[in-house]
Amino acid sequence: MKRHRRAAVRRIAIVLGSLLTLSAASMAVTPDEVLKDPKLEARARAISQNLRCLVCQNQSIDDSDAELAHDLRVLLRERLTAGDTDEQAIGFMVARYGSFVLLKPPLQGDTLLLWFGPALLLIVAAIGFGRYLRRHAGAGTDASAPLAAEEQKRLDAILSKRRPA
Amino acid sequence: MQRLLALVPIVIFVALSTGLGLSLSNDPRKLPSMLIDKPTPAFRLASLDDGDGFSSDDLKGKIALLNVFASWCPGCRVEHPTLMGLAERSGVPIYGISWKDDRASGALWLKANRSPYVRVGDDASGRLGIDLGVTGVPETFVIDRSGRIRFRYAGPITDEVWEGTFAPLLAELRSEPQ
Repeated sequence: MKRHRRAAVRRIAIVLGSLLTLSAASMAVTPDEVLKDPKLEARARAISQNLRCLVCQNQSIDDSDAELAHDLRVLLRERLTAGDTDEQAIGFMVARYGSFVLLKPPLQGDTLLLWFGPALLLIVAAIGFGRYLRRHAGAGTDASAPLAAEEQKRLDAILSKRRPA
Repeated sequence: MQRLLALVPIVIFVALSTGLGLSLSNDPRKLPSMLIDKPTPAFRLASLDDGDGFSSDDLKGKIALLNVFASWCPGCRVEHPTLMGLAERSGVPIYGISWKDDRASGALWLKANRSPYVRVGDDASGRLGIDLGVTGVPETFVIDRSGRIRFRYAGPITDEVWEGTFAPLLAELRSEPQ
């Protein structure tokens, strides 16, 4: 029993250990890039997590091992050290690479459809569904109206055929 | 009226699928350059070969090509014969920027393959590349007489690309008033 538990603990330790090394390996920011001022470094990390790596395109420059991402991280830190505000540093990147460099697309003319397209579709769908419901609600009241004499006769004929008295 | 309304979802579906279908052929790597119609960023680079340095002043007053390359880049090797031909025949001066490459390998490569460039600068740090919005090599910029960037092409220039894209644009730029 005790031996089993010890083996289990060892297994968990191995799994945890390999997970830890994995996460260390996927860290792209190298120690020599890190700024001495922890406040500046925190700002740099926060900004670079929202800047797209132009080489891999679906990773932030904070995540990417691409050389261009490294250059951009260093450049971003230089700008911040030189006294840029967050907005200025981000604007510097956007001026060179376009708003595509922002992982979160900004709200502007050419992104209106992107931001409001889903809501627009939902509204159109709601209107269409509303019309459908109203039409069919109308049909329901018709069904409860009394049958015409002709219809009643046909119904009687059918019923008497199915259930011979 | 009701019948026409019933067609609406079909119309929306067809429009959506053609729109989405067409965008499948879009290459997400082809990004628009932010520098189109903007002045070339000012720069001053050390020369890659033994010539003088290369600065943005050298581009003043003429239509020119600015080719960003590296000796480690396979696409640049593909493009090199085309550039050599253009340097001899096209009448447009080609300027080079060696991007993120060490100086010795760049110089050696140019010496071994001959240089199509009037001047070639060494951007080992890649900083000018960032100012130009370069994401990879080769990239080629067309600069007009007033020093504005008018066009950016990412990828190797082939004869087809030259005839289809660059040649008409250059003809247009040449016909612009001085």
